[in-house]
Amino acid sequence: MAQSSSQAASIPIWRDERYLKLIAQIVFAVVVVLTANYLYQNMVNGLRQQGTTLGFTFLGGIAGFDISETLNDFSRTSAYWQAFLAGLYNTLLVSIVGIVLSTILGIILGVARLSINPLVRWLSAAYLEIMRNLSLLVFLIFWYLGVFLKLPRVREAVEWPGQVYLTNRGIVMPWGLPTETMPMYRTILIIGLCLALALGLVLFLRGRQTGKPPLTLLWSTLALILVAVIGWFVVPAAPLSLDLPVIQGLNITGGKTFTPEFMALVSGLVLYTAAFIGEVVRSGIQAVSRGQVEAARAIGLNPFQTLRLVVFPQALQVIIPPLTSQYLNLTKNSSLAIAVGYPDLFYVSNTIMNQSGRAVEMISLVMLTYLTFSLITSVFMNWYNARILLVER
Amino acid sequence: MSRKIFSVFGLLIVASMVLAACGGGTPAAGTERIVETVIVEVPVAGDAAPLPPPAGYGATLAAVQARGVLICGVNSQVPGFGYIDADGNFSGIDVDYCRALAAAIFGDSTKVEFRPVTAAERFTALQSGEIDVLSRNTTWSTVRDTELGGNFTATTFYDGQGMMVRAGEGITTLADLAGGTICVQTGTTTELNLADVMAAAGIAYTPAVFEDADSTFAAYAEERCDAVTTDKSGLVSRRTVLEDPSAHVILDVTMSKEPLGPMVRHGDDQWFDIAQWTVFALISAEEFGVTSANVDAAKANPSNPEVARLLGNEGDLGLKLGLSNDWAYNIIAQVGNYEEVYNRSLGPDTPTYIPRGLNSLYTEGGLLYAPPFR
Repeated sequence: MAQSSSQAASIPIWRDERYLKLIAQIVFAVVVVLTANYLYQNMVNGLRQQGTTLGFTFLGGIAGFDISETLNDFSRTSAYWQAFLAGLYNTLLVSIVGIVLSTILGIILGVARLSINPLVRWLSAAYLEIMRNLSLLVFLIFWYLGVFLKLPRVREAVEWPGQVYLTNRGIVMPWGLPTETMPMYRTILIIGLCLALALGLVLFLRGRQTGKPPLTLLWSTLALILVAVIGWFVVPAAPLSLDLPVIQGLNITGGKTFTPEFMALVSGLVLYTAAFIGEVVRSGIQAVSRGQVEAARAIGLNPFQTLRLVVFPQALQVIIPPLTSQYLNLTKNSSLAIAVGYPDLFYVSNTIMNQSGRAVEMISLVMLTYLTFSLITSVFMNWYNARILLVER
Repeated sequence: MSRKIFSVFGLLIVASMVLAACGGGTPAAGTERIVETVIVEVPVAGDAAPLPPPAGYGATLAAVQARGVLICGVNSQVPGFGYIDADGNFSGIDVDYCRALAAAIFGDSTKVEFRPVTAAERFTALQSGEIDVLSRNTTWSTVRDTELGGNFTATTFYDGQGMMVRAGEGITTLADLAGGTICVQTGTTTELNLADVMAAAGIAYTPAVFEDADSTFAAYAEERCDAVTTDKSGLVSRRTVLEDPSAHVILDVTMSKEPLGPMVRHGDDQWFDIAQWTVFALISAEEFGVTSANVDAAKANPSNPEVARLLGNEGDLGLKLGLSNDWAYNIIAQVGNYEEVYNRSLGPDTPTYIPRGLNSLYTEGGLLYAPPFR
């Protein structure tokens, strides 16, 4: 020990690896900070030369343009920040719908890829290979110009049973319009949800005590549905009135219209991302050792039970991390909406940027927003991943 | 022991060098201080009341001359204004303006590089110096003239926003479009005018907004929308490239004033003057009847003193602009006068024919009026 300390002392500082590493770290940090500072100053100077400055107060100004589809009350006289919010909501809508649908389709594809039925297996493999090797942008434009805009015109609309119209102005279907009893019904639903949660908790705790887990989820869901159904008839008038689409002049009025832009974006994103999710699911399933499946079959589980009770829980650990990045990809890829004219976050920000001339601010805001989306998704998926890892032991 | 002291000294020296490096850009020393300094400087940049002198008088011309070529931001999708024709050449009056500017600067109308920019990116391209001048059917408006950091030089085309619909659908007025869908391009004054006009008239409509002219008109051609709106000149020119031009009519409504013209960056008055007087040279040449065909005769024997000054026989107007004295002569000889430019792209012999209308000389009931060359 004495020898080693004297040895350490005898090494000159410029050859002592510990100091050298520390110095390298410091130098690197300094370079990063100086570079960032230089870039920032450069931008500020550039803006100053153009006679413009940085600031976000312009977001309060009147937008002056219309947006084709919004989830908030946006109109011509709303502020820029409300336009930004409208885009944000649209991006959230597309991302959530896209993630749910592509997960379902992806799991089906991944399982089908490993099916013992050769036709199913080959079809699934062909689909995955084609989709994964296409450019998403091209695919989106194909869906928009090649499919949804090629649907018949309003006057020649294709009618599906249940008064669903397919036209090149969008897919229109009957929809519920909230009536004046809707707030009351909403309260009933919230009470029902609380009841269901309480019931679930009670069942869960009892299951722990007795060691015999009851069907918690099933009973809770049933309770919620029961409250919802009773509530529907208890309120004085039906909380939703049926709004049927009617062809009127140039357009179809009434009902709910899913625009070609929305449909093209969602179809494109879902079909594309599902292919990647399919591969993720397949690799996850294949990562579960064969012995597990054989053991499950040996104790008398049927193939579906084997998949649900033995293979999937173990495969999830392998699936979740790459699945997270697919979810992130889908959210970020939704910015390609600009190619098909769907007013998502990036598209609306682009319009704001152009009408207000605030490129630096808007781009920063857009980047920050996508970053936030991605981080939230990551945090959630990491939490879920940690949870299923714990369950394993 | 002595080695230990030496190594401690060595560490101190290195540390002080690192600190000095940190303090290099800022008065304060230390890595942490830098982060603070960055934060502190934001309000300074925002409030700086006396802005330092901008890029400067003459800087753009010097840069263009040093480069040897003018970079002009143009449209590539609107026939008659800025379009890449079948042979891959740029054509249109906005494009010819660029050629005229190149002729004024270099005495050679071919020393120009055309850079197609979209409606959405054009102002950023101008602000950032990627292009020297923006000549891309751009409407003169207050915000663009101020906040977007540019200056409009002169109007080269007086336009108004119009609406095109399919013939035979019974649409003759804007009110007939109630409940309909209207295709429009983003990042344009058109988008704002549409919202204004429809709100003022109380007509409910759905916009379908697209990124560029091609996709806007492609969606209209696919009947995604009942009508498409843009400047009337744009409608006329885009109609020529639709499958069956006669199946579309332009409504007899004018929704806005759209003075189109070239735009330059704030901060270089000399460059502004050159860009502006190039337009005036084109207009004056038409007024004095000087054409590319007779310009040599006119220079040899000017019909009046102003023509002599325009063509550089008298005075030194070109030198005052920082150019050669025969700058206007070069423009007219190589590109022509306003009438020639107009007829080449929008005249009766072209598929994109638009009657002169407001774009006639003031002597003929139009709005074109150039200040005197004196």
